[in-house]
Amino acid sequence: MIIEVRNLEKSYNLGTVVVKALRGIDLTVGKNEYLAIMGPSGSGKSTLMNIIGCLDTPSSGDYFFEDKNVSNFDDDRLAEIRNQKIGFVFQTFNLLPRADALHNVELPLIYRGIPSKERKRQATEALERVGLADRIHHRPNELSGGQRQRVAIARALVNNPSIILADEPTGNLDTVTGEEIMVIFEELYELGNTIILVTHERYIAEHSRRIVHLRDGLIETDETIPEQSRWVMNHQNHENP
Amino acid sequence: MPLLMEMWENLVMGIKALVVHKLRTFLTTLGIIIGVMTIIVIFTVINGLDKAMMSEISSLGSNVLFVQKYPWFAGMDWFKYRNRPKIDLKEVRAIEEKATLVEAVSYENSTRTVARYRDETVKNVRIIGTNEQYPQTANVDLAVGRFLIPSDVRHRTYVAIIGWDVAENLYNGMDPINRRINLRGYNFRVIGVARKKGKLFGQNLDVRVYIPFGTFQKIFGSRRSLTIRVKIKDPKYMAAAKDQLRWILRLARHVPPMKEDNFAINQQDMITRVYRNLTTGLYLLALGVAAISLIVGGIGIMNIMLVSVTERTREIGIRKAIGAKRRDILFQFLVESLLVSFLGGIFGMLLGFLIGILIRSTTPLPATISIWAILLGVGFTSTVGIFFGIYPAYKAAKLSPIEALRHE
Repeated sequence: MIIEVRNLEKSYNLGTVVVKALRGIDLTVGKNEYLAIMGPSGSGKSTLMNIIGCLDTPSSGDYFFEDKNVSNFDDDRLAEIRNQKIGFVFQTFNLLPRADALHNVELPLIYRGIPSKERKRQATEALERVGLADRIHHRPNELSGGQRQRVAIARALVNNPSIILADEPTGNLDTVTGEEIMVIFEELYELGNTIILVTHERYIAEHSRRIVHLRDGLIETDETIPEQSRWVMNHQNHENP
Repeated sequence: MPLLMEMWENLVMGIKALVVHKLRTFLTTLGIIIGVMTIIVIFTVINGLDKAMMSEISSLGSNVLFVQKYPWFAGMDWFKYRNRPKIDLKEVRAIEEKATLVEAVSYENSTRTVARYRDETVKNVRIIGTNEQYPQTANVDLAVGRFLIPSDVRHRTYVAIIGWDVAENLYNGMDPINRRINLRGYNFRVIGVARKKGKLFGQNLDVRVYIPFGTFQKIFGSRRSLTIRVKIKDPKYMAAAKDQLRWILRLARHVPPMKEDNFAINQQDMITRVYRNLTTGLYLLALGVAAISLIVGGIGIMNIMLVSVTERTREIGIRKAIGAKRRDILFQFLVESLLVSFLGGIFGMLLGFLIGILIRSTTPLPATISIWAILLGVGFTSTVGIFFGIYPAYKAAKLSPIEALRHE
């Protein structure tokens, strides 16, 4: 198991009120799974994603990442896991605006301590994989939304992470560009990567193989998408969105 | 991540960040520029002052003792010494007779008057009545002719050795040797011209005339107290010679035991010491001024770094999300503030040097840039950079990645 979550709870202290965002989640994700987490806003999916992504720690419960209990790791150890084991893809791309594509992709390698030459080679390779070989010296504002997201995916891939964590990756893109991005995820999945997708769009979630539905901080449903229906539904979406 | 590489990466990132905000960077460094400039300028000036002062003081001769009625730097106690008996030839004889460590003894009286030759006059000439040993004790070199000889002193002859400026202004290019010079209505024969000496404490040493001591007393009176210059054979005997001199003088002047000396033995290092005290004060003042402006500059840096951290909260969030540790962020911002303050330091030094060169070329001060000023400047700026950069950097490093990412 890459991810094993047991009775995970997270509450926020908002002065006088304590808000429980997660009320006991149990979830396991194995190698080469393609999972979508769905739910309306306020369902706790962002909180769950932050904890799975090691950006936050749970209030109670255990979180095993590759069999290590990381629920009480300190900042720096979490940073190390984020750096080497998790590749993030955000809705708003989150690229450094003043750095070119290459430098943005290099960044995780810098924090990992890879020497400059090797770093440039790996970053260029990652950009080639997402089809941006001719754009490596462009800054984010010189790229289209789809291209920016592909830079972000290259950045997520560059350290060969154990999981790719995508938070609404198509949220800021039009349908066609969004679909192009989903094709890249599909390819990555087929190459053996583990992908966790967070979305509230059913048709995006249906690109995955398994959909976990959250409501009010609890898992409501955990369904496996049959091969047949996945493609059919996907197809239908294209016909009449 | 290896430290050296991290430093380098941070340096590159820091330079990029500063280049983006050129005007802001410049304004931020202004305080540091002024502070460092002040340090450099003041050090340069004091250094020049030192050099000028030391060359003047050393012309007094480091191994010469001055026996006088008043001590140098008597200050407010001046009235205490008024009733001392004057120093006279009696003391000179006692020293000549008994002192063992001395090489030469000269004594002098002086006054100011007008020197004339035909229609030419030179005002405010210092007339010094002395003996033949004066050149050894006071560093007088002759350009032409000779100085006094013992028979001049013994027979109170009317001969004069004139200073360089007197020779130039009185004789208009003629050879002054064997020409007349008129002092207070008395004619003297010029037998020598002293080499150019320059100034000492603002006094021109070249507007002088030396005449035999006895002749001086005949013309200008004998009530003045003498200055006796005693040149010691070897500087290492200074203390012993001073002691010996003191006892010879006490005996000659009949000072009873347990009573204070009624004379003063002055020497060059007294001036040096007073001067040192003065410049130490100046240095401290300079340091104070510089420290204040550097602190003000440092606060400017802190302020701008805090703004920078807020502005780049999202960037910090991104960096943390993809694996930057606290230390990485801390270094990033610390390097930036160090860079700003170093930049200010370098500009301040350049400005300081420029002003130093300006001072050198427009004033007689031989101003030189000292390595200490540079070291102090660099030391100060890096301290300021670290001290005022650490809090904003720490604040940045401590940010939670989620909140930083959420920041718009």
